[in-house]
Amino acid sequence: MTPSAASSAPPALELRSIVKEYEGNRVLKGVSLSVREGEIHALVGENGAGKSTLMNILFGMPVIWETGGYEGEILLGGAPARFHSPAEAMNAGIGMVHQEFMLLPGFRVAENIKLNREPTLPNPASRVLGPKLESLDVPRMRADARRALDQVGLGIDEWIAVAGLPVGHMQFIEIAREVDKANLKVLIFDEPTAVLTETDAEKLLAIMRGLAAKGHAILFITHRLDEVLAVADRITVLRDGEVVGTPDPKTTTVVRIAELMVGRPAGVTAPRRFFAPSTEPVLGVEHLSVDMPGERVEDVTLAVRRGEILGIGGLAGHGKLGIANGIMGLYPGSGRVIFDKAVFPLNEPRLALERGLAFVSEDRRGVGLLPEESIELNIALSALEAHGRFLHPFPIQPLRVVDHRAMRAHALEMIRALDIRTTGPSQQVRRLSGGNQQKVCVARAMTLEPRLLFVSEPTRGIDVGAKQRVLEILSALNRDHDVTLVVTSSELAELRAISDRVAIVYRGRIAAVLPPDAPDADFGLAMAGESAKAA
Amino acid sequence: MAKPGIRLPGFLREFGIPRLLIAVFLVVLFAVAVATHMDLRGLISDSIVRVGRNGILVLALLPAIQGGIGLNFGLPLGIICGLVGAVISLNAGVHGIAGVGMAAGIGVALAIPVGAGYGWLLNRTRGQEMMVGTYLGFAIVSMMSVFWLLAPFKNPTLVWAIGGRGLRTTLSLGGIYDKVLDRWLTFTVSGVRIPGGTLFVFGALCFLVWLFFRTRMGITIAAARSSTRFARAAGISDERTRVQATVLSTVLAAIGIVVFSQSYGFVQLYTAPLLMAFPAIACILIGGASVTRATIGHVLVGTFLFQSILTVALPVTSQVIQGDISETARLIIQNGMILYALTRIGRT
Repeated sequence: MTPSAASSAPPALELRSIVKEYEGNRVLKGVSLSVREGEIHALVGENGAGKSTLMNILFGMPVIWETGGYEGEILLGGAPARFHSPAEAMNAGIGMVHQEFMLLPGFRVAENIKLNREPTLPNPASRVLGPKLESLDVPRMRADARRALDQVGLGIDEWIAVAGLPVGHMQFIEIAREVDKANLKVLIFDEPTAVLTETDAEKLLAIMRGLAAKGHAILFITHRLDEVLAVADRITVLRDGEVVGTPDPKTTTVVRIAELMVGRPAGVTAPRRFFAPSTEPVLGVEHLSVDMPGERVEDVTLAVRRGEILGIGGLAGHGKLGIANGIMGLYPGSGRVIFDKAVFPLNEPRLALERGLAFVSEDRRGVGLLPEESIELNIALSALEAHGRFLHPFPIQPLRVVDHRAMRAHALEMIRALDIRTTGPSQQVRRLSGGNQQKVCVARAMTLEPRLLFVSEPTRGIDVGAKQRVLEILSALNRDHDVTLVVTSSELAELRAISDRVAIVYRGRIAAVLPPDAPDADFGLAMAGESAKAA
Repeated sequence: MAKPGIRLPGFLREFGIPRLLIAVFLVVLFAVAVATHMDLRGLISDSIVRVGRNGILVLALLPAIQGGIGLNFGLPLGIICGLVGAVISLNAGVHGIAGVGMAAGIGVALAIPVGAGYGWLLNRTRGQEMMVGTYLGFAIVSMMSVFWLLAPFKNPTLVWAIGGRGLRTTLSLGGIYDKVLDRWLTFTVSGVRIPGGTLFVFGALCFLVWLFFRTRMGITIAAARSSTRFARAAGISDERTRVQATVLSTVLAAIGIVVFSQSYGFVQLYTAPLLMAFPAIACILIGGASVTRATIGHVLVGTFLFQSILTVALPVTSQVIQGDISETARLIIQNGMILYALTRIGRT
């Protein structure tokens, strides 16, 4: 993958002045870019910059054709191409590793990898009725799958079911499936590291480099700019449907790319703050175990001090997400939890809210929001449920009518305070960008006026500018409203920027509690399960 | 979304193609009626009477849709509760509005436990509510046919004249509470007679249902429909909200059939409730509801369009062509609408 070799190779994929309108709204305004064989081309941009639309066009998604098609030209291996369905795009040699996994959970790994491309053997029925009825050549399927899995460095058995595998594994299975395709011309990675841990992400980047070295052309879409600098041969920055720059990865910096993306100078870390000493525990957790698939908590003992921001970090699959989900009663848990000097019952989500806990879930679309409902209802709902707020008086509690005026006023206040970019409080939440949806989640949690707030993956899948804003909001909530925060995140840098202490989870247990300015090596050791000094 | 080529103005697109087609069809029917010098006032009056008659049965579908059960094909359950109430009040010989009130009251009292049981069953057959509702309705209607035959009612106006056992298939309400609500508060606007009382009851129930979905309980039900996982995180038991929605739907169906019967003038037993869910479902769908979302507006618009077509199509078509396409038109529109809505599941 030497740059000189890459630049002399013919372009595997070329996009020429792609224009796309949705109902009169131009979301792509003449985007051109090319990917050569053996090259990793990074496409970066904020949410709404037009990356997803570009990918939908490239992949022949029906939504493009239902809304009037697109203008411009796509050249695949030098020949013009126009895909009317994902199947056409796949047959032509475009491989896609999706942000959300497209795997059949009930099928085995090898079956997923070979799906619809299974090697087959003739049998009596197929000889009469045609090749559709040929039987599967299982040994060859397994061998092909094994080879593809080895190529991406995933050592799991190819004959186990996908359901229940850790998130990181699923991502690698997706890549293995694409790599296994014989006619693959271009491989597209659509935010492949968004749901991965840092070590898995590093592994993935190494695999990408390896694939490029074998001559694959790779288009890499991501939010994580340090990854771009680590692997990309070329970079295209998209903003508001236009190419605003193609900085050279050898000379540019993360800050420079971020500036191009947002159109204004941007910092990427929150102001660091330190703990004002108080050692009084507000939440005591003893021998907590939580049965959350993929994030099992085995035996966690932990004390949260009043007024602090406690970070919980660790690799994916080790149980860091299970802690908050377990205490909030979303997954069955057992153990002893003391909140505010009283024993706190587990497995009772309602009670958790009533006692003054709140939770901003890592699963924004599933648990965090009602996407079809308005912003104001989303903000008010939990407080309405748990505390009976925003209701007109009426003797029969459940039949109290909602006070729309109070709800609207509160929503407007939150929209202003958190800078939620919206057309108004009655807008549907699903029409907001990821960052603004996250702000709605935070607003709902704030409306509960909690004394302790769990926030999981606060910045996952949201763009650089909004990330900064969300972290600032959390800091302010802690500082100005005296809310104790427990922030769980896969991004260690983020945790170290805002937390007073960072707990690292390893195999369902707390491996270490470190001060945020502890050396990188200590964090590395704790994540790998080597016990370090406790803070 | 409209295909390129057929671009409608925004407000018409919002109204929806199916509604537009049916509204145009209705206008054409009325135009033909005027052209052939038919009694237009009578037609309009009949349409309005039928809106009042069927409205509450359509309204009964709304809580089920809002509660996440989908189209309540199990409506006959509530209808039977209302019919039992009606028969008991007739057997006791209570006349007038008191009779209607007694029938509805007994119907509601029966519908609450029946609805709760039905909701419990639906929670155990999640994802197949519409199929389960249909077959449960069929089963209960058949079971109740045996009940009507064996029930110990003695009033000679209700039971078969020969043998003196078993209820008749159709019980006339003439002189008991035939059209009492239609006549109560009745008034005339430029020659069109409006059944004020029935419309008032329908309107009041619409308002109460509207208000209910603005209460804490109503919002909880709708939220649980929107996202089960969200609901659980907010401490809401979605199984409970589904039962609540089913009970409300069943109760409204019980009231609905009593109002229907007094306006129609007859109580129909045995297999009559069998297919009663279908026209009601067609109404709410024509009004623009989907399997997952419905409003009072959908109930009102749909009931008016569908019932008006049925009322006007028969006399107009028999005027223009020899023969009756009313029944055919009803079946095509009714079942076509249901089919159309089912193909839309999961789309926005």
